[in-house]
Amino acid sequence: MANYTINVNGKTHTVDVAGDMPLLWVLRDKINLKGTKFGCGVASCGACTVHLDGKVARACMTPISSVGGQRVTTIEGIGDTKTGQAVQKAWVDVDVVQCGYCQAGQIMAATALINSNSRPTDKDIDTAMQGNACRCGTYVRIREAIKTAAGVAKTDTREV
Amino acid sequence: MADGMTVNTSRRFFLLASAAGGLVLAGCMTPDTTEGGAALAAGPPVPKQPVVDMNNFVAISPDGTIRIMAKNPEIGQGIKTMLPMLIAEELDADWSKVTIEQGDADQKRYGSQIAGGSFATPQHWVPQRQVGRAAREMLLQAAAARLAVPVSELTTEPSMVVHAATSKKIPYGDLVADAAKLTPPDPASLKMKDPKDYRIIGKDMRNWDTPRIVRGEPIFGIDVTVPGMKYANYVKCPVFAGKVVSANLDEIKAIPGVTDAFVVRQVGTNLMGLMDGVAILGDDWWTVKEAAKKLKVQWDEGATASQSTASFDQQAATLAKAKPQGYLGPRGGAAPTEATWAAAEDAVNKAAKKVEASYTYPFLVHAPLEPQNCTAHAKADGTVEIWAPTQLPGQGIGLVAEAVGVAQDKITCHMIRCGGGFGRRLSNDFMVEAAAISKQAGNIPVKLVWTREQDMAHDPYRPGGYHNFRAGVDAQGAMVALTNHFITFGGANGQPLGNATSPPTEFPSGFIPNTVYGQSLIPGGMPTGPLRAPVSNAVCWAYQSFIDEVAIAAGKDPLQFRLDLLNSAVTATAGGKGPMNAQRMADVVRIVGERSGWANRGSLPKGTGMGVAFYFSHQGYFAQVAKVKVEQNGAWRVLKVWNVGDVGSTIINPTNARNQVEGSIVDGISEMHQKITFDKGRTVQTNFYDMPLLRIDYAPQIDVHFHTSNNAPTGLGEPALPPVLPAVSNALFAATGKRIRTLPVAQAELRWT
Repeated sequence: MANYTINVNGKTHTVDVAGDMPLLWVLRDKINLKGTKFGCGVASCGACTVHLDGKVARACMTPISSVGGQRVTTIEGIGDTKTGQAVQKAWVDVDVVQCGYCQAGQIMAATALINSNSRPTDKDIDTAMQGNACRCGTYVRIREAIKTAAGVAKTDTREV
Repeated sequence: MADGMTVNTSRRFFLLASAAGGLVLAGCMTPDTTEGGAALAAGPPVPKQPVVDMNNFVAISPDGTIRIMAKNPEIGQGIKTMLPMLIAEELDADWSKVTIEQGDADQKRYGSQIAGGSFATPQHWVPQRQVGRAAREMLLQAAAARLAVPVSELTTEPSMVVHAATSKKIPYGDLVADAAKLTPPDPASLKMKDPKDYRIIGKDMRNWDTPRIVRGEPIFGIDVTVPGMKYANYVKCPVFAGKVVSANLDEIKAIPGVTDAFVVRQVGTNLMGLMDGVAILGDDWWTVKEAAKKLKVQWDEGATASQSTASFDQQAATLAKAKPQGYLGPRGGAAPTEATWAAAEDAVNKAAKKVEASYTYPFLVHAPLEPQNCTAHAKADGTVEIWAPTQLPGQGIGLVAEAVGVAQDKITCHMIRCGGGFGRRLSNDFMVEAAAISKQAGNIPVKLVWTREQDMAHDPYRPGGYHNFRAGVDAQGAMVALTNHFITFGGANGQPLGNATSPPTEFPSGFIPNTVYGQSLIPGGMPTGPLRAPVSNAVCWAYQSFIDEVAIAAGKDPLQFRLDLLNSAVTATAGGKGPMNAQRMADVVRIVGERSGWANRGSLPKGTGMGVAFYFSHQGYFAQVAKVKVEQNGAWRVLKVWNVGDVGSTIINPTNARNQVEGSIVDGISEMHQKITFDKGRTVQTNFYDMPLLRIDYAPQIDVHFHTSNNAPTGLGEPALPPVLPAVSNALFAATGKRIRTLPVAQAELRWT
């Protein structure tokens, strides 16, 4: 056990945990931010997606000892950013959600995509989002919501 | 709300208590930690004055806010939005003034509570509208008394009673105190709205909880926290129903952060009930999960340890060479016999052309994305409080009562939003485990969370199966005989395991002569249960693929061949007096052909193909065409699926209806990549790297069309799933000439030059 000080959504938290405890469980069980979800524990499903210094990371495989001074952004904080707000709003307007369990991770991945590429193509979306599984299969709407948030044409341009 | 365990959770208090944070369940969940994103619309209305109960579902605040209770478990099927729409419509509520609250498990108050079988729409279409209509009627009576006019002179606008003659309007909030004192009317006496006047039904009403979900608010089962709770992991024998002989509990208890560890014993015989295992408790979940890695248990694995998929396949091959052990019936009043089987076989043998093929599908796991979990407190006073993401709370309460030794009426179960269901949470093993661990730990609240690996290893699996078809085709290309020796899994009682069945009336039974289905059983010790569109999700693929083979052998267009079959009923049941109406099915088949450009498929290049299938399940009529592309190395993807469904006269919430169909199609394609196998009585697959979920880059474009018909509305959670598997299989054949007879699809079998 050791003390780790991390910055989550602009706030500083100090936790006394084992260094190999994943960021996911620090967020959920130690600082009570439940929005980041546990799905697989092996970075296979993307439900735990957060941002470290704005880049996508799977919190379930990110030891707390590796976080250091990187800024952690979670679904609870993403709405404080312009892109994050636009993505959240698009998710509501397109009515993406079924069960909703994966959607925090989807929104985090989508926000990072648009931040790095303001006009994503279908191929860009495929590449950026294929690490995030939706068991309910809302992919048609995730694709549409990303385009809505980015303000690009919503037509699916993939081969038919 | 922080002192959740002591708050008064009466309905009235509840509404006031939740005023700060929107809808929060039962006073015991973590308070919200966020402000809403500024770009999102404000949350649902919050009553500024206490609501007054009109009935078990509707309560209205004098400020006009209308609280509607959602009675069924929400698993992503959208029922929390949809059932209140029915009430609000007939109440003539202003939807912007409605707030929806999840009901607890309480069948006395709400009637049956289940997320399963696509039952909710047909079951509630009339009664939930009557609930709203009855409340409206009471508001009208209160207004009539106040205005001293007859009720017949009054009408309503959203959330207002209107007296047209005097242009007087009274808001519902002003009437509720008087209206709530009146005797509710007899539901049967109520005249319902003319559908042309609907203001809510038939409109896209977005998923009620989406604003909270996109902000990451703690609304799922796994997010529940209760003051003083310990986190638990529960380790069961990898072989189903194995028993604990001994475990290194002292070593586990010595691990820092672990507060307790003990053996829990099996209660009852339900494989999805309380089974032997070791509970590890601690201050956070990751610590108890890691502690389980150091756990050493000597298990008594039991008889199932001798079972494996390789052996199942061998047994199935042997059984297929013999006559069926039994025949599926009755059909048309008389159960098939060895003699009718022999006659059908004879008809096949004498036909102008014989088509024979065997189809095999694997066991599947549900794997909802939220791993199984439950928070429970078996209290020292003999009551139990449970927070469960469950599809069927009543069954879980029964298990808990037996395992904990309390009467069912001492158990309170809060139904928490499920991160996916798909049938998995119709079993309540997680609920009884949490309650039993809570009791044995000394009556402390416990939050049990499974790992993904535990979820894969302990599931009521979709049973695998083997279909051995033989069909006869006459000189004109008509199917004139069909036998199927279905080989499935059975229990000690000599009956198929749960959902390990194939319907005796499966199409084209009743539409061609000489149809007999037989069955043989392989002993299976694994738990099995319903997976979304149970039975149908497997059987449809086998039958609708084989029918395609017969169509090709007969030299017919597979879509026209199906229409011809649907038009050829040979029994009264098939002719429209049975569950399936052949005309409704023919309509959706014909329309999906038109929408998909089926007639032009001849111009597709090699490696690209279209396939069709249809299915009737859960009272829904669905036909789909899939278009696939196969690379020469066999890599394949579905480019587009066209769906036409007939679920009656009214699509209650169109955005959610389309979402369910889109999801069903993705789910079905996902299943074509998946399998669960067993070795030495244990599940082989462990996580999403060896049990893959379809990803966005392989999800097709989807055209969703509903063909409305003059029938009462029926459910949509399941019936769009079954046909996509054979539609894709048949498209793969059209693209490559390779017939897929085994799932999951093996890429190597699709190579072409």
